[in-house]
Amino acid sequence: MKVVYNGEKDRAFKDVLGATIPRLAQEDKDVVYLDADLMNCIGTAKWAKENPDRAINCGIAEANMVGIAAGMSAVGFKPIVHTFGPFASRRCYDQVFLSGAYAGNSVTIIGTDPGVCAAFNGGTHMPFEDMALYRAIPGAYVFDITDAAMLESVLEQCKDIEGVKYIRVGRKNNKKMYEDGSKFEIGKGIVVKEDGADAVVIACGIMVAKAMEAAELLAKEGVKITVIDMFTVKPLDEELVLKYAKSTGAVVTAENHNKIGGLYSAVAEVLSRRQPVPVEYVAIEDEFGEVGPQDYLEDRFKLTAEHIAQKVKAAIARK
Amino acid sequence: MLDNQLEKELRRFALEIRIGAVEEFKARGFGHVGGSLSIADAVAVLYGTVMKYDPKNPRMEDRDKLICSKGHAGPAIYAALGLKGFFPYEDIKTLNQPGTNFPSHCDRRKTPGIDMTTGSLGQGTSLAVGMALGDKLKGRDSRTFLIVGDGEINEGQVWEAAMFTAAKKVTNLVWLIDNNKKQLDGYTKDILNSGDLREKFAAFGFDAVRIDGNDIPQLYEALTKKAEDKPIAIILDTVKGKGVKEVEETMANHSMTMTGEVYDKWLAGLKEELKAFA
Repeated sequence: MKVVYNGEKDRAFKDVLGATIPRLAQEDKDVVYLDADLMNCIGTAKWAKENPDRAINCGIAEANMVGIAAGMSAVGFKPIVHTFGPFASRRCYDQVFLSGAYAGNSVTIIGTDPGVCAAFNGGTHMPFEDMALYRAIPGAYVFDITDAAMLESVLEQCKDIEGVKYIRVGRKNNKKMYEDGSKFEIGKGIVVKEDGADAVVIACGIMVAKAMEAAELLAKEGVKITVIDMFTVKPLDEELVLKYAKSTGAVVTAENHNKIGGLYSAVAEVLSRRQPVPVEYVAIEDEFGEVGPQDYLEDRFKLTAEHIAQKVKAAIARK
Repeated sequence: MLDNQLEKELRRFALEIRIGAVEEFKARGFGHVGGSLSIADAVAVLYGTVMKYDPKNPRMEDRDKLICSKGHAGPAIYAALGLKGFFPYEDIKTLNQPGTNFPSHCDRRKTPGIDMTTGSLGQGTSLAVGMALGDKLKGRDSRTFLIVGDGEINEGQVWEAAMFTAAKKVTNLVWLIDNNKKQLDGYTKDILNSGDLREKFAAFGFDAVRIDGNDIPQLYEALTKKAEDKPIAIILDTVKGKGVKEVEETMANHSMTMTGEVYDKWLAGLKEELKAFA
């Protein structure tokens, strides 16, 4: 795995999903794909129509879809489920919790358009709480995807991991971070930039590239930081968090999610107990989403490189 | 056609299931009595003759499956599984004791032979659809039987699953609606009237029939019928608490707490009936 970040856009996640899900189904006869009338949104519809035994359109019924997926797991399948993030979390939470996790069934759930990525679908479609919900399910895995190479690698691995796996990922293109074909170790954070030990920014999803930009902004002012991509939000790479909390003494988290229950919570939970240092966050201030272009929303909800840089300085000032 | 010998065996098995369930409640002092007793006859026909399974290999791939979506009727299933040798019969008497493998609601991770975890009402329906559909796609010769409560059908998920079953022709899944007319707070007609259940399921695209769900020959006929183009839904006209007169006559018989003496009286009555099959 190699970091190749230069600020350029990556392949669209939609295209990656549209190619990877059919490929996994072709490679593994136990993989089955279920969707709730959003196949056209991730480019799987044509393949699904040609492969009705491997792709099931459940209609607009997410709770039923998750239950069916869990049932198929119990008879030997490896289901991959997709719908938009709010419907993949809030809408079917009890089904994921009980029919999935509690009952010992294994389901990979893809929730697209996390947080402000929902843009023009607006507040009703804008999950700022999906990671919090999934983190509270015992044994569940939670991923916030950074780029196309990571999405491919995580999907490939998830199908064979037991339990509930939640993948939140956009449909458009993030900035490219990793070389194509990179492999990612689940549960291990990635140090994507190590300029210095003034502070560490622990980011996930769309915020990783913004943390890279923030590092550049800060470097101009002589502040040298480290950036970690914590794409596996659960189980958290506690040892990596502790290592850099100790070496920098100032931690900032950055996530496209409510400050309650997501990456900030996960990091603060481990640091408060094992390595108390100043921790600041860039996250949604316990608000609902709203409609608009993504760049407007990033500004509106303070999810920008500038805000990360401000919080880094605030954390350093508290050392 | 059900012959006399098999009918006798199944009636005896249904009685034994009722005795087993009451013994479980007696050991703990309380439990979901009414809804366990109402399905005892259907469970007897299923595990007594209709279903294909191996008690020594509870997860046999091409077995028939039973999902009791009204998970609180677990005690009736536990009794049937214990009697069929999935585990030592005496184990069922640990119902709801600390550390037990026999919880109030069915749990596939704890009890050998329990095919699916249920309890949050409605969820067993979609799970059953998934299991049946999975078996069908794998080309297995197996059927899945789904028991749903008539109170449980208040849950919207039930109708999502019903719509899917019919629309996708999941014909290896058989729906059984335990129409015992009561739910926790009273009569279903008063809480949320579901109207004519047979008509509803027929309108959803099922081959829907209504039978006396406490009548062994009618159950046998309905459960041995193989689906053709449409999936089968069987509305079981049952009595909540069936088989123990005192329970049948108690209005609030969903969950009951009784003294050992009362349970002994119920058991004595059931065991007296059993003598006819000696």
